[in-house]
Amino acid sequence: MSFRKPSVLPGFGLTFGFTTFFLSVMVLLPLAALVLAAASMHWSEFLRVVSSPRALGSFRLSFGASALAASINAVFGFILAWTLVRYEFPGRKLVDALIDMPFALPTAVSGIALTTVFARHGWIGRYLEPLGIEVAYTWLGVTLALTLISMPFAVRSLQPALLEVQRELEEAAETLGAGRFYTFRRIILPTVLPSLLTGFTLCFARAVGEYGSVIFISGNLPMKTEITPLLIVIHLEQFDYRGAAALGVVMLLLSFVVLFTLNLLQAWGRRRQLRAAH
Amino acid sequence: MAAARPDRVRPGHNTWSGALVRWLFIGVSLSFLAALLLAPLATVFAMALARGVEACLASFADPDTAAAIRLTLTTAAVVVPANTLFGLAAAWAIAKFEFRGKSVLITLIDLPLAISPVISGMVFVLLFGLHGWFGLWLRAHNISIIFALPGILLATMFVTFPYVARELIPLMQQLGNDEEEAAITLGAGGWMTFLRVTLPKIRWGLLYGVILCNARAMGEFGAVSVVSGHIRGLTNTMPLDIEILYNEYNFVGAFAVASLLTLLAALTLVVKSLVERTGYRGR
Repeated sequence: MSFRKPSVLPGFGLTFGFTTFFLSVMVLLPLAALVLAAASMHWSEFLRVVSSPRALGSFRLSFGASALAASINAVFGFILAWTLVRYEFPGRKLVDALIDMPFALPTAVSGIALTTVFARHGWIGRYLEPLGIEVAYTWLGVTLALTLISMPFAVRSLQPALLEVQRELEEAAETLGAGRFYTFRRIILPTVLPSLLTGFTLCFARAVGEYGSVIFISGNLPMKTEITPLLIVIHLEQFDYRGAAALGVVMLLLSFVVLFTLNLLQAWGRRRQLRAAH
Repeated sequence: MAAARPDRVRPGHNTWSGALVRWLFIGVSLSFLAALLLAPLATVFAMALARGVEACLASFADPDTAAAIRLTLTTAAVVVPANTLFGLAAAWAIAKFEFRGKSVLITLIDLPLAISPVISGMVFVLLFGLHGWFGLWLRAHNISIIFALPGILLATMFVTFPYVARELIPLMQQLGNDEEEAAITLGAGGWMTFLRVTLPKIRWGLLYGVILCNARAMGEFGAVSVVSGHIRGLTNTMPLDIEILYNEYNFVGAFAVASLLTLLAALTLVVKSLVERTGYRGR
């Protein structure tokens, strides 16, 4: 088999050449520089950087808060997607459009706005303070910022899946006497599970790398509220390029694992769809 | 047949508990969005106008803020056309032809979306920074990339690289090749076919991709923060200006700039809604 199928359309050489050239120069070469910079370190030096207490503390916060934010979004994203797909209410279209706001809003804006709302005297923070809940400048604030910026991924993954749920099956279950929760667990959840996991993974991936919105609300205390991307920036500001590259490679590896997981999830979802169709 | 079925058995409809569940879901959804999204959005404008309209407008007259706005516009003016050109070329190659390794190419184009913005900036520091691969050579030839405009352009281009391509590839795949093949067979040239046949079909998707790319280019914080050096009046973009003003407790100034970017985000969503109304639903 040749490299490409013949076609009467012109322009393959030009567009393919430009695409691969621009991609290589803009994306692949710079990423190769990162991998090479980390590869030029000795193993022991690499391990020393990525296993220092400060780095471990930042991994704990970054991965923990991201997993928590993705879980919150799995729950509320499902509720939002369900509400938008199943119910008619005034302003539904507007709410649907607003879901994408965190995609379009610069992260620095989300950061200062969330901090202001949840600070001690802020619109919401003032009601939480008497309850002893401090959001701004704690890990709770980090989680909140990560929840906001990754929220659209959960909703947008679940919406098409919920449209696919066969209403006939639900109705049959209900007619046969199944309770609402039983129907949810046995019919709705299995159908949307691949999309739910895809949404979770996308949220997690977006949250782990997030920088702009978090640094305003986190307080940035080493070991406590310092996320990994911030630690990379601190290494860079001290001209410790190798330390920054080591942490960067750890995060890059995680990105690849996430991409791989997503591909597996999508393949799984497609297989299930095929089986359901037969 | 559906009409003959008694409505009572439809789940979630016309039963007492169904109505309860429905309002519970709508209530939880709206409260979640109100606390997490609407309150921060309203805060941006409330804080910007806290000392009146004049104080808000006066913050744009500040020379550093004005310079930041100019730099952001310059960045977008370079980055958006470059990524649009790339997006069109990539979409033509991927959607119009069948070749080996296509899915790998698509994954690689999407790669910047999976990477932390901080890493997107850092790769250019590793290449062109003072202690980077080409650092000494660049200094010997008196060229500055990091802590200067070229670094900001490169970092922004990296981050917004996939946006136009991602909108166009699924759209052009969905539209198929038939009309282009007919035009070519009837003797139209390649450019003519693209301009007269393809472009009119994809213009709404293209518009949305360009607008989204523009919003991200103007709003990028992490990657630009790493390469910019934060020199006031010189290498501060609007998002970086927001950070400086905010850290100096100049809240009116910070939120005034933030409100401009928020309006841009709102405009992006309006364009998206309009594009979707034309029948094409992107991602």
